[in-house]
Amino acid sequence: MTTMASRDTRRLLGTPPAERLPRLTLAQLLALVEDAGLTGRGGAGFPTAIKVRAVAEARRPVLVGNAMEGEPLSMKDAVLLNRAPHLVVEGLGVVGQAIGAGRRVLAIGPDVDPGDAETAAHGRGVEVAPLEGGFVAGQESALVNQLSGRPAVPSDPLVRVTTRGVDGRPTLVLNAETLAQVALLARYGADWFREAGTAEDPGTSLFSISGAVEHPGVVEAARGTALSDVLAPALPQDPVAVLVGGYHGAWLAGWAIDTPLTAPALRQHGATVGAGVLHVLGRGTCPLRVAADIAAYLAEESAQQCGPCVNGLPRMADGLRRLARRVPDPGLPAEIDRMRMLVTGRGACAHPDGTARMVASTMRVFAPHVDRHLAGHCGLDRGLDAGREVRR
Amino acid sequence: MSRRSERRLHVDWTRCDGHGACAELLPELLAHDEWGFPLSRTGERDPVVPPRLQELADHAVRTCPLMALRTV
Repeated sequence: MTTMASRDTRRLLGTPPAERLPRLTLAQLLALVEDAGLTGRGGAGFPTAIKVRAVAEARRPVLVGNAMEGEPLSMKDAVLLNRAPHLVVEGLGVVGQAIGAGRRVLAIGPDVDPGDAETAAHGRGVEVAPLEGGFVAGQESALVNQLSGRPAVPSDPLVRVTTRGVDGRPTLVLNAETLAQVALLARYGADWFREAGTAEDPGTSLFSISGAVEHPGVVEAARGTALSDVLAPALPQDPVAVLVGGYHGAWLAGWAIDTPLTAPALRQHGATVGAGVLHVLGRGTCPLRVAADIAAYLAEESAQQCGPCVNGLPRMADGLRRLARRVPDPGLPAEIDRMRMLVTGRGACAHPDGTARMVASTMRVFAPHVDRHLAGHCGLDRGLDAGREVRR
Repeated sequence: MSRRSERRLHVDWTRCDGHGACAELLPELLAHDEWGFPLSRTGERDPVVPPRLQELADHAVRTCPLMALRTV
């Protein structure tokens, strides 16, 4: 397995601009991303070939690069657009030409500096669009809605953006990092791409590392690298657990820190790599306080459209808050569990499901600590604000 | 994924306001949750409509005041 020290870990953040933009036909692009096994780097991990194929028949579709980065713990799109904006612009150029895009838009969230992207995009037929943010604003349909002049909230998933997207046109939305990966692929080919990562999950990814580490920030690592190896350069401080996949993710306990970041290995922990967010929980922080804080944030970030999300997320967050505050109510875990199941699968976007996933993982991984709280103890709580550290 | 003849009941959650007409008309497929929003009884996200309930399902779709219910 490729490790942190490999040259492959300097792909995205260490490649200078191309002298000439590679030109690919649609067939060539599809073959390339398929041979490379490229998957989306924005969180859902969907095969890029399938997404591109969805607009193959469309006349002058819109191509959108997604650098909304609404996840508070994610920094990778901001770093990518600062260190290698040319790769994202090249990716928009390559894909845009292959699919015959009528417009190429790079959508940038409020926590990402658009300056370098604007410089890199100058004269290359790419519109840079600094947009309003929020946790769900980067969700595909919410992004398309905002770009069409509507509120930045998700739509019912029955109508796909590849059918009706920006201003009613078929729209292909790819994460900024995915586009940068396409730019590299177009230059160096699928065999080169597969020199890093695993056979099932090739290439590299950017990981945003935060929490109890000496050097928070973004690292690039081969897909499938062990969690501990990805974290190593950030110097984790006595990790008790790691939240893998961000606020919609799941915890891996300290004993599982050598787990390879592959889909099958993570599935056993109810986790996915997601957008590569890794948050380290240190020994002195109460995990229930952290989770309660995240759940409260996610409840606030609901787009306020779907009933179960509007009603259920605050209830779930409140249950966790009471648990974190050691309210001696033995019914709390069952009530949290009930709310979690009541919101799952009952919204237009993945926000309720993702929130429920994080909560389920918290209750499972920290079950002994839940029992301590119910008995009125904690031993880790440094005060009411301890959990707030989780936010950047 | 599903046979072509198979129809499913789909709630557009962005439109649904919990009027509850659908659960009244299709108690075999839908219950109310504690806030009045439809809750699939089958455990499926979009419950399959058995042939004997298709007419009622169509009626429920037409009855929804917010046009939040569809068969797909």
